[in-house]
Amino acid sequence: MTSFYLNGKSVTVDDDPSTPLLWVIRDTLGLTGTKFGCGMALCGACTVHLDGNAIRSCVAPLSRVAGKYVTTIEGLSNDLTHPLQRAWIEVDVPQCGYCQSGQIMSAAVLLEQNAKPTDKDIDEAMSGNICRCGTYSRIRRAIHRAAELSAEKRSS
Amino acid sequence: MITKKTNHLRLPFLLLSSACSAALLIFATIAVLHAAPRIPKPDANASREAFLEVYNVFTSPRCQNCHPAGDSPLQGDDSHVHLQYVQRGKDGHGVYGMRCDACHQTANLSGEHMPPGNPKWSLPSPEHKMIIVGRSPAELCRQLKDPKQTGGRSLQQLLEHVSSDDLVGWAWDPGTGRTPPPLSRTETVAQMKIWIDGGAACPQ
Repeated sequence: MTSFYLNGKSVTVDDDPSTPLLWVIRDTLGLTGTKFGCGMALCGACTVHLDGNAIRSCVAPLSRVAGKYVTTIEGLSNDLTHPLQRAWIEVDVPQCGYCQSGQIMSAAVLLEQNAKPTDKDIDEAMSGNICRCGTYSRIRRAIHRAAELSAEKRSS
Repeated sequence: MITKKTNHLRLPFLLLSSACSAALLIFATIAVLHAAPRIPKPDANASREAFLEVYNVFTSPRCQNCHPAGDSPLQGDDSHVHLQYVQRGKDGHGVYGMRCDACHQTANLSGEHMPPGNPKWSLPSPEHKMIIVGRSPAELCRQLKDPKQTGGRSLQQLLEHVSSDDLVGWAWDPGTGRTPPPLSRTETVAQMKIWIDGGAACPQ
């Protein structure tokens, strides 16, 4: 049995400790917002947070998260009020949408550590998240917009 | 009478031979004393040759991929720049959501092209990049002897780094699809010792 916190709630699962976290989240715990892309940590679609840092859940064994805090796209906010969710909707970023939860989770780590990122910061932070539809320019705009929304939220 | 005469002759002979023996003993002692502290001269040629063996290991993909000239690690047996625009970062562990351990676990994952792993997976810090890529044998040799460029490590500490550091040891257990260095770890350490003991001579 392995216990950890998923989006703030304590969960215990009976999966093999070597099971990739992605399958525990999707199949065992039923949260399907996190996507399977490559299964080799190459595309970023499966990005979640482990104690606030981004990890690729497709290659992280369940044993790695025992006793720790995991956040998925469902845990970012429960009412779409997170600045990134608002910006993503405002800029209308997704095309097919498959990679977008991973994109947003990586962007969330960036904004947590850098309240006003430059284009270069965004390139460095987001280059591990691939978008086959090529929505990169809208992703960049949305991250800048989310930074503005966060600043407004802090000053209000 | 005859006996008395003989005794007279024997005394100077005995004195002379005793003196000779004492002199020989003194000479022998001096010779031994001079010979004892003599340390064999460092063999500079053997040292240089050993360094070239070490150089071949250090410039193998398994070592140099994490000692790049730029701020992105390298990958693969062809030492191409790491995909995903991975950056060294302030502590050698990456930036933002692109920290090394976002993908690299504490051990190699099985299968070709799967991320290799180690608990210490990282690049050298930006303060001490310890660049290997692009260095000639002479340049790398001089660099390794300069503590300012090795994070303050002496040659003995470098030897320990190669012989016992866990992350360095990964090079000899790199997982599927990655060629290990041309010498074993034991052979590499032995060649490094010859290089250091021979005066850490550098190729021209």
